[in-house]
Order: sequence, then C-alpha cells, then structure tokens
Amino acid sequence: MSVRDLPLLEVRDLAKSYGDLQALKPTGFDLWPGEVLAIVGESGSGKTTLLSCLAGHVPADGGSVRFRLRNGEDVDLLQMAEAERRLLARTEFGLVHQNPRDGLRLNISAGGNIGERLMAVGWRHFGRIRAEALAWLDRVEIDRSRVDDLPRAFSGGMQQRLQIARNLVTRPRLVLMDEPTGGLDVSVQARLLDLLRRLVAELDLAVVIVTHDLAVARLLSHRMLVMRRGQVVEQGLTDRVLDDPQHPYSQLLVSSILAA
Amino acid sequence: MSSTYNFAYLDEQTKRMLRRAILKAVAIPGYQVPFASRDMPLPYGWGTGGIQVTAALLGQDDVLKVIDQGADDTTNAVSIRAFFARTAGVATTERTAEATVIQTRHRIPERPLHAGQILVFQVPIPEPLRFLEPRERETRRMHGLADYGAMHVKLYEDVARMGRITTSFAYPVKVAGRYVMDPSPIPKFDNPKLHDCPALQLFGAGREKRVYAIPPHTTVESLDFEDHPFEVQRWDRPCGLCGSTKSYLDEVVTDDRGGRLFCCSDTDFCRERRDRMEAGR
Repeated sequence: MSVRDLPLLEVRDLAKSYGDLQALKPTGFDLWPGEVLAIVGESGSGKTTLLSCLAGHVPADGGSVRFRLRNGEDVDLLQMAEAERRLLARTEFGLVHQNPRDGLRLNISAGGNIGERLMAVGWRHFGRIRAEALAWLDRVEIDRSRVDDLPRAFSGGMQQRLQIARNLVTRPRLVLMDEPTGGLDVSVQARLLDLLRRLVAELDLAVVIVTHDLAVARLLSHRMLVMRRGQVVEQGLTDRVLDDPQHPYSQLLVSSILAA
Repeated sequence: MSSTYNFAYLDEQTKRMLRRAILKAVAIPGYQVPFASRDMPLPYGWGTGGIQVTAALLGQDDVLKVIDQGADDTTNAVSIRAFFARTAGVATTERTAEATVIQTRHRIPERPLHAGQILVFQVPIPEPLRFLEPRERETRRMHGLADYGAMHVKLYEDVARMGRITTSFAYPVKVAGRYVMDPSPIPKFDNPKLHDCPALQLFGAGREKRVYAIPPHTTVESLDFEDHPFEVQRWDRPCGLCGSTKSYLDEVVTDDRGGRLFCCSDTDFCRERRDRMEAGR
C-alpha cells in the first residue's frame, strides 16, 4: 500500500470545553491526500474551535489527531513535543486566517512575508529566497513590482492571496483555512476561489476549509461536515449533502440560501 | 568614600540577588535571566542595568573604567566613574589595559581584552526578537524552542530595500550555537570582538530587568546570508589624530564651512598611539 492509499489525517474523539461550555463534542473524521473537506455550520457551532484544535492553537481536552508524514509514519499531533510540532507546522501545514492581518506581518514587505517560512526551514541564500518569492507572487497573480511593498498597501483580496502564497511556499500537504473568502466582495471572492481551486489541484493539497458560505463549499470541496452545537450532524459528499440533506438542521441550512 | 552609603551603593542582599542572576547568565551563554532591577540614582537609558551589574561585581581591589561611545570623558562615563569612586572608593582609570572592570555604553575597546577583565554592557532592549514579535511570552517560547527562522527576515528586509545588510548596530548574534542575542547597540564593527574573547562579557538591562552573558572564549557568530555575508564598517581614511586604520572612527564637525575630522571613537586607544608616537620621535 502506498502513502496515497492511507488517510493523511485521522481525527478521533477530538473534544474541547471552555469551562462548562462544551464547544466541541467528541468528533472524528478522516482526510485523504488531495481531498478538500468543508466544515459548515452557523456561528458558534464549533467550526473554528475544531480548526484551532487541529492547528494546535488551542489545546484539545482529549482525542487524537494522527498525521501521516511523507515517509508513511504517522504521528499524533496532540502528543508531540512543541518544537517538533512547530517544525511540522512550518513544513507540512498551512493556516490561512479569515483576516489576512492575523496571518501576515504587516511591517514586513510582501517578499519578506513569503520568504519567512523558507528562512525558518534553513534557507540562507538571499537570491534564491527572492526568486522563490517572485515566483509565488506570479502564482497568486500579484504583480512582481509589488514585492517590496508592505502588505498594508495591498487591497483586501491581494492581502488574502499574499497570505496564501506565504503558506504554500514550503509546499505543505495540509492547509487549514478559516473563512478565506470572508469580508471580500463578490467578484474578488470569485477570483480567489478560482485561484484556490487551481492551486489545490496543481499542488495536490489536502484542505480543511471552514466556512458558513455554502456556495464556497459547493465550489471547492469534495466532502462536507455539517456542524451544530459542537457536533457533526451530517457528513458526506458535498453534492449529496447539498442536494439531498438528511438531517433537519442541514435541510434548514440548505433551504435558507437565497436564490438570486 | 562616603560612609553613608553601603559599599558600591547597593545593599548586600541586592548584590547577592544580582550575583545569582549573573552566575545563571554565565552558565547559559546568551540566555536572558530576569532579575529584580532596582531604582538607581540615574534615569533609565543612562545605564541603570550596567551600573547595577558593576555594583554587584566590584571588590575593593578592582580598578574601574567607564566608557560612553568609546570615550572616557563624556557626561555618562564621568558621572558613573565618579559615582563608584564616591560610593565604593575603588580606583578608577582611563586605561583599558589597567582596568579590571570596564562598564561600557555601545563600544568594545579597540585594545584586545585579557583574561581576568570583565566588560559590562549597558543594554536598552535586550530582546533581539522584539522587532518581529511584541509578545514577551511568545519571544520566550521562541528562545526556548530555538525557533529563530524569523530572525533572518529583518536582514532580508535590509537587502531587499538597500541591496545590502544595512543593520549597523545591535546586529544579532548566535551565542555558543544556541541562543540568539542582541549584543546591545554596539556597532557591528565590534561584533567580531565578541567572539572567543578572553574576558567575561556581561550585559545588564535595567528597565527590562534582564542580565545575560558571554563567558570567556565562547563562539559568537553574526547572522547573515550566504550571498550577503557579514561585513564590518570601513572608512576610506585613517584616524585624523593618531593615523590608525584599524579602529572605529567618529565623524566630528570642526567648523561651519564643512570641515570635519574622522578620529578614533576609543579615546584611550587614540591617546595611547599618540603617546607612543611622541615617545618615538
């Protein structure tokens, strides 16, 4: 069996409480290499808590998150030492924040933002770091002449694309995205979605994307989890869930989309 | 010596606390050790950290030298020297070779230090990662995990904007292959002197309440890129007073018609060379 035949991520009984509030009830799912999984649900349903636990930003109360390394070995992200987890986070994972200002260094040029991960994994040749940064600006459709500009001089859509480039530069295999199209206007959203779709296919990324926008889920994802009150109420292929929702909550969610 | 003060101004308990912090700093080269910094009779930014470290180190037989930007005769240097002459009654000197403890603001003497000497730096901001990460909790964790990749981002920005590394003071170094350290605002010209120095080097930051150290003969590397290696400043002329081509030069405006003089910032080094030239004549 090759690495491709095994799940990249196996999440089992992942749970998180904030005091008495159980934000995430024991949850499990598998994610396969190259697969895009959407997590949908209303505000407060535990989507972001789930993502934060996966990213290691919030310590989970229990459960396991097994991640398969390139050599086929699997490791439990929740049990790892922090130093190893940080190294893994820089090389194998990406995390795209809803607000690009959380994911970018605003006082550092666009090139520096893209190069940071490369320098963090040991690149020490300026010319090569810069060439790689320029190549990534091309890929995310930002003009090369903007490489030395500060991100705060960029539009919201450009900042979001820069954040994506910054995350993908070390060729991660798993990218976590928290509402990547939130706060952008519709035409910019469409362009960003096109870009994401192309990059996901080109780089064979596995993606967990949290969104409340079912259109984004429909366009990007293969599979979908519907969450409510910290629980997964329904999961399945995206088209199946959206066209034939089984759980009353999913039905409500799907029927609440305005037909334009 | 004024008998109304305890020896070297600080009380004995405070000095013990400081010595413990210093010992820990020496044991872990480059690591910032917190200490309970006291109010000193001089303002923050004038060397409250350095003066406390010096107070904890001084013994009756020590000979103290104080320099400010290399000079023995500027306000800061004169007043700190006078302060210890009065409160500790120790001998003071302007000669680098004779001193056992040298408190310095922003320079390392040009004359190579020898074993047994202690160099005390005054440090304004001890955290080299502060530029990238404002949270103290996070910078401590980054030090703990040796998570230093981001350090090169600052150098990247220099090269991207100016075509070369323009950071010219407080140039970050890696100590003993482990901790990244801010060598206080010394010019990068002095960075190579930190490496394998026979003297003990101590760094005190009074406002930030940290001490750190480079023990004698410790490896100290300046961070750089493969295609933009670390370089020190150079001048295209010698010192206008002593003719040295190997020292760090200050530019002094001499008149209002554009006249200027480049001379050694280390006044003792310059004087020593001029004395030798006098004697040789």
